[in-house]
Amino acid sequence: MENLRGSPPEQLQSHPNGASRGRAMLTFMASDSEEEVCDERTSLMSAESPPPRCCEEARQGLEDRESAAQWFQNTCARHRRAHHGGVPWPSPSGFPQRSQDSEEDLDEDADRYMCSGVPGQPSGLEEELTLKYGAKHVIMLFVPVTLCMVVVVATIKSVRFYTEKNGQLIYTPFTEDTPSVGQRLLNSVLNTLIMISVIVAMTIFLVVLYKYRCYKFIHGWLIMSSLMLLFLFTYIYLGEVLKTYNVAMDYPTLFLTVWNFGAVGMVCIHWKGPLVLQQAYLIMISALMALVFIKYLPEWSAWVILGAISVYDLVAVLCPKGPLRMLVETAQERNEPIFPALIYSSAMVWTVGMAKLDPSSQGALQLPYDPEMEEDSYDSFGEPSYPEVFEPPLPGYPGDELEEEEERGVKLGLGDFIFYSVLVGKAAATGSGDWNTTLACFVAILIGLCLTLLLLAVFKKALPALPISITFGLIFYFSTDNLVRPFMDTLASHQLYI
Amino acid sequence: MTAAVFFGCAFIAFGPALALYIFTIATEPLRVIFLIIGKASEGLKTINPDETAPSMRLLAYVSGLGFGIMSGVFAFVNTLSDSLGPGTVGIHGDSPQFFLNSAFMTLVIILLHVFWGIIFFDGCEKKKWSALLVVLLTHLLVSALTFISPHYGINLVSTYLIMVLMGIWAFFVAGGSCRSLKLCLLCQDKDFLLFNQRSR
Repeated sequence: MENLRGSPPEQLQSHPNGASRGRAMLTFMASDSEEEVCDERTSLMSAESPPPRCCEEARQGLEDRESAAQWFQNTCARHRRAHHGGVPWPSPSGFPQRSQDSEEDLDEDADRYMCSGVPGQPSGLEEELTLKYGAKHVIMLFVPVTLCMVVVVATIKSVRFYTEKNGQLIYTPFTEDTPSVGQRLLNSVLNTLIMISVIVAMTIFLVVLYKYRCYKFIHGWLIMSSLMLLFLFTYIYLGEVLKTYNVAMDYPTLFLTVWNFGAVGMVCIHWKGPLVLQQAYLIMISALMALVFIKYLPEWSAWVILGAISVYDLVAVLCPKGPLRMLVETAQERNEPIFPALIYSSAMVWTVGMAKLDPSSQGALQLPYDPEMEEDSYDSFGEPSYPEVFEPPLPGYPGDELEEEEERGVKLGLGDFIFYSVLVGKAAATGSGDWNTTLACFVAILIGLCLTLLLLAVFKKALPALPISITFGLIFYFSTDNLVRPFMDTLASHQLYI
Repeated sequence: MTAAVFFGCAFIAFGPALALYIFTIATEPLRVIFLIIGKASEGLKTINPDETAPSMRLLAYVSGLGFGIMSGVFAFVNTLSDSLGPGTVGIHGDSPQFFLNSAFMTLVIILLHVFWGIIFFDGCEKKKWSALLVVLLTHLLVSALTFISPHYGINLVSTYLIMVLMGIWAFFVAGGSCRSLKLCLLCQDKDFLLFNQRSR
């Protein structure tokens, strides 16, 4: 990100109308994460982090303010929120399980918009910058998505617990142990319908809550969800890993470990903490959630649900009356940030601005300091615990001596992490333990992510992040598992190389 | 089979490819992505004709490496994961050097793909159809050689020979010469990667 310092942003910023300030942001429609507690959608937000609490830079002139607001209005920034309450549900095995995490899923639809909308720029330069910022964001997202998938696949391949059938979620009541294929297919479709309707209902509920400003309720729910994820699921996970490797651990040590892990996680996620730690925690809870899904969703239902979620994502993001769209528009009207909890942020730096400005001038992503939302909302933006000077002052703005905050990272909703990991984890869990299938799905998802970012850069409007990746993942999974795997197995066993 | 077999074969097969990736691509991911995006979307309108040649070579190298890694991984990763499990190699009379042979073959396939990529792209650019034909034929030859699979000696030696020949050809196609090779080996070449890294 250092190389962005002296280059195009300055050029763009010196433009009088440089509302975009050279910040490339990609709008992504956050895909809805349904039941997942942390389903954050992918909001590849390029980095407009909300301004520091007490300062905002007075960089942009009035016309910037207007053009920024206008420009933002034109992009469909959507914040998706999905939340569902989790209620412990006794499983057939007697162990209280949650069918879904009660963690609220507030998808932050980070609006990443390409700031190529600066008039007067030569189009080649603009496009180049667009591509460059898009490329940078691709890289910034590859690493966390890869890490999450690696954790999930490693766990699936080594810990037996997550591949054992041990009951189903309450949201998928139909069993798949049926005598005929047709019955099984029907059951999985019914399971999917139930799951998707639960998700839609939850999303609408969330939108209603947000519309009627029940912020405390949402915050409380969010905290309850992350509590459960960080403590209960971690405890289960740790227990299973220790069982697998036959390591004995006494309860006091276990308590200390889980307590420290959970408490630091809560602090990092909901309050302040080092950015890297927060990112690591978000990746871990996404992985935990994905593992829960992999364990409790039956085979065919999981694949149909993945497909249906992508379709729902597409529809919800692109339809005018979609709940997510309404959510974002409400947030826009109120000029507030959507709840930033449960969003992975690779945003880097904050700079301390000098003068205070009307927050609305900052553009959509820089939302004003809102005391009501202070305690939770800004934390998930991944603020580092200290502001840092990032950029030299802009030449075009006299009086701006201080740097503005410049977020050079991207934000990705955790829901997308989770569903990507569910797909790859299912590919690793099912079948004959074939690595080719797993790798093919992994590559498919990364390609989808890349393409989505590119499309975003090209179309410059919010797009859902799940559909392309999941579609590619499904295609690759089925074709590799059925066509490529037998072929490559034969080749490898006879040491034939093609 | 032991962990030593697993790690040894894994590094034999994928070590050079990983090293190539780390030293040439991972440090400049933006350039690579940008290059590919630019090529794909013709966004690099500002690139003048002189610059297409080096970037095309870079693209050829990257795509060759990518194809090689994919091919190697798909061929070998299941074998590798089996090598961690229990079993006795060659209990039915097969060669006990099964894993080692597979690892070396994978390595040579990956390197061959890199060289083939460079030669192929160059052949397409300069419309040298003979180059394309040779690449195709050597690929078929290498695959056919693996049919005599229990005779590892002939198989491996001839494949490595082909790899060396392809490597030399790709080197000259990519613009190298004996002089530049000498400069590189004596660490006097300013453009050489390590030289740059050292001087940073």
